[in-house]
Amino acid sequence: MTSLWSRVEPLLSQVQKPARYIGCEDGAVTPRHAPAKVSWLLAYPDTYEIGLPNQGLQILYEILNERDDAAAERAYAPWGDLESLLRSHDVGLFSIDTHRHAASFDVIAFNLAAELTYTNVLNMVDLAGVPVRTEHRRLEDPFVVIGGHCAFNPEPLADYVDAAVLGDGEEVIGDITEVLHHWKQRGSPSREEALRALATIDGVYVPSLYDVTYNGPRLVAVTPRFPDVPATVDKRTVADLGEWPYPKRPLAPLTEVVHDRLSVEIFRGCTRGCRFCQAGMITRPVRERPPEQVRTMIADGLARTGYDEVSLTSLSTADFSDIGGVIDGIQRDATGCGATTVNLPSLRVDAFTVGLAGQVAAGRRSGLTFAPEAGSFRLRQVINKLITEPDLYGAADSAFASGWTRLKLYFLTGLPTETDEDTLGIAELARNCVEIGKRYTGRASVTVSLGGFVPKPHTPFQWFGQNSIDELRRKIFLLRDDTKRSRGVQLKWHDPAATLAEGIASRGDRRIGRVIERVWREGGTFQEWGEHFSLDKWTTAMEAEGLSVEWYVERHRERDEVLPWDHLTAGLHKDFLWDDWRDALDGHGLEDCRWTPCYDCGVCTGYGIEHVVASSSAPAGGSQGTGQDLAVGDVIPVALSVRREPAGREVTVGG
Amino acid sequence: MDEPVTTRVRLRYTKLGKVRFTSHRDAARLWERALRKTGLPVASTQGFTPRPKISFGLALPTGGESLAEYLDVELTDAVDIDALPAQLAAALPDGFDVVASQALVGRTVSLQDDVTSVTWELFAPWLTAEHHAQAAERLLAASTLPIDRVRKGVRARDDVRPAVIQLRSDGDRLVADLATVGRALRPGELVELAYPHCDPSSEPFVAVRALRTHQWIEHDEVRREVISLPTDVPVPTPVSA
Repeated sequence: MTSLWSRVEPLLSQVQKPARYIGCEDGAVTPRHAPAKVSWLLAYPDTYEIGLPNQGLQILYEILNERDDAAAERAYAPWGDLESLLRSHDVGLFSIDTHRHAASFDVIAFNLAAELTYTNVLNMVDLAGVPVRTEHRRLEDPFVVIGGHCAFNPEPLADYVDAAVLGDGEEVIGDITEVLHHWKQRGSPSREEALRALATIDGVYVPSLYDVTYNGPRLVAVTPRFPDVPATVDKRTVADLGEWPYPKRPLAPLTEVVHDRLSVEIFRGCTRGCRFCQAGMITRPVRERPPEQVRTMIADGLARTGYDEVSLTSLSTADFSDIGGVIDGIQRDATGCGATTVNLPSLRVDAFTVGLAGQVAAGRRSGLTFAPEAGSFRLRQVINKLITEPDLYGAADSAFASGWTRLKLYFLTGLPTETDEDTLGIAELARNCVEIGKRYTGRASVTVSLGGFVPKPHTPFQWFGQNSIDELRRKIFLLRDDTKRSRGVQLKWHDPAATLAEGIASRGDRRIGRVIERVWREGGTFQEWGEHFSLDKWTTAMEAEGLSVEWYVERHRERDEVLPWDHLTAGLHKDFLWDDWRDALDGHGLEDCRWTPCYDCGVCTGYGIEHVVASSSAPAGGSQGTGQDLAVGDVIPVALSVRREPAGREVTVGG
Repeated sequence: MDEPVTTRVRLRYTKLGKVRFTSHRDAARLWERALRKTGLPVASTQGFTPRPKISFGLALPTGGESLAEYLDVELTDAVDIDALPAQLAAALPDGFDVVASQALVGRTVSLQDDVTSVTWELFAPWLTAEHHAQAAERLLAASTLPIDRVRKGVRARDDVRPAVIQLRSDGDRLVADLATVGRALRPGELVELAYPHCDPSSEPFVAVRALRTHQWIEHDEVRREVISLPTDVPVPTPVSA
């Protein structure tokens, strides 16, 4: 029996939201399995609602199913009600496409976007009936693989995953398939042999092939155990996004999910150089999708799914060279019942951006979100998010003048060099924005959303000691007391306890694995969910393993210290990161290298790749210290630089 | 000002198999997307957030299957009504099959107000004709059928006997005609009334399944289906468990 459906179906009558377990989406396939094919179970360690829209998973699902030597299905973390039924009825984790048992796949590959999902990874592997630790896995067990941003420090999961994949997945997933296909053709000789072969693929890290040495609490070295295993594993990078127009058949779910709309990725990578931002550091260089392809993907995607809303995704959407043209195109193409709504996430803070937002906001204008991240220009120079007060107030003025009544401002707290003056600066910015809004509407309000800063691997802030819970709470309460009587200003904050747990997993080494395992064994799944999160489980587990929260999370790390991810690289020179960290402490900003000379972070030069952008000059409003722009006040540039040739791309070489 | 010319169409569709686990709200969203995919000229409401002018009949409980679901769609242009079922079925997920279409002429009452009763079939592998016959006899003989419900957080006891029009055993199924006017009886509640001794914790437990086979409009004691299917068309059968 290959399908578990007849055993799953009766259970679905007893659980909440059963539609998340049936598959059947537009774009879903019924793959043809065959013994010779490499079968992949692409898994997301959170609920269907969170995981279904994940673009990385959708892209790989499609690429694999187009191959003759592969078949791919999907799985998401079952909610607690179904999980206990699956355990008590001895059914186990299943794929939602054809309801196959997870353990019958050759590979279970997890997309890791957040550290607090790690316990769900262990839970899903266990629910699949696969031993959670790699050392206990048998020949017939699937290979457990991880990818996504968190895979850039896979050490906390090193004892639990057979391989971690760094960087863009489009090409490497084919390489892995070929290696495993070959291994299967030879009769699946031994697990070790497959792992040794996988380790020779660029971008693939096999933790079990490395020895780790410590000196007391200090990590001394992570060294390959065999000569053909690389000492350093580099990330994979797709040079031209235009060659990968995926997903071509986007998944449109039968039930509501978090981003319930078409998503089209317009560029990958970001060189604004915000020092806290891991995504910006590890996805360099910038690779824009050709605008014609963006238009085609939008038109095809809408026709295929029936959605009437499209999200143009990237790390800073207004930076796309032809953003104005693309939006015009969507609005011109809109046919059928009603216009297409365009969703622009990750917007810059400036008036130009508000102009774009105004162009796409059909009718009601309720809230607009900006992320200044820090309360003073001094601190914004430290984090290299060079938004000036005129930028922010200009954006606020444009927004309220154009009919918005509510602004949402994102800030981080616990940043390097942060003083109480910086914290109180947040309140000041918010109050000033409300004042600006009052000129236009009595309903003007500003919501400040405060997140605790967690230093991430492969960023200039990887050496920074995270603020303690007490310190984060003190700052949050300082701001709360200061905004209490500020009319029109609301404050929301992220739980500092969750920030601490994230900090443990973010920069942990292999010893943190046992902590994650303990938290999971104590029932700590769905730690991303407030109602399930338990700091107690994490601190108890740290104590039980004899590990210090202060040592792992809160102390400043030293220059000569071996970091747990030093043998893995996103191409950034460690010296570059260290110099950028020192510049940060000195309050020096760094320009966006898309439009200024290369400062040799190491990525383009090291990998022989380059930025792919349509315009060699910064678009209007493209700030970040380039000195070329900074539209202020209510001046909204009407058009962006136009591409010179419709099909070709002008390329700035070497960043 | 002249009213714009519109075509109103009533469609009959099924919901069978895996998609029975989608909710009524999910189904509404699926229909909106399916209509956009076909590019049919669906009329929309005015205002800031225009919505397509479609209206659904009685909600089908999540997990329930049906051979007789309905919706009304307003179009801004004339369309080939006979071609609609095939066109729309292709745009909907497997299990949603559009089986009939009909133009609506003149003033019509909304589906929710028009339908007076529905027919359900209840079945489970562990229920026999004997069980069904006994349940039918017992429930029909009762003068009242009180059940406890929670409405807006308040406990209430309702008599649902008036909602039970007819019950009969038909092979492996209990066929129930239930009134939809007044205090309606949900199929899940009927299962609890009909098989009070079934134990959901017993192994292997398979829930009683409910299949809606008909929706009826009764006027002057004459009962007709909202849209009846031609007898020579094979009736789709539910996917077995």
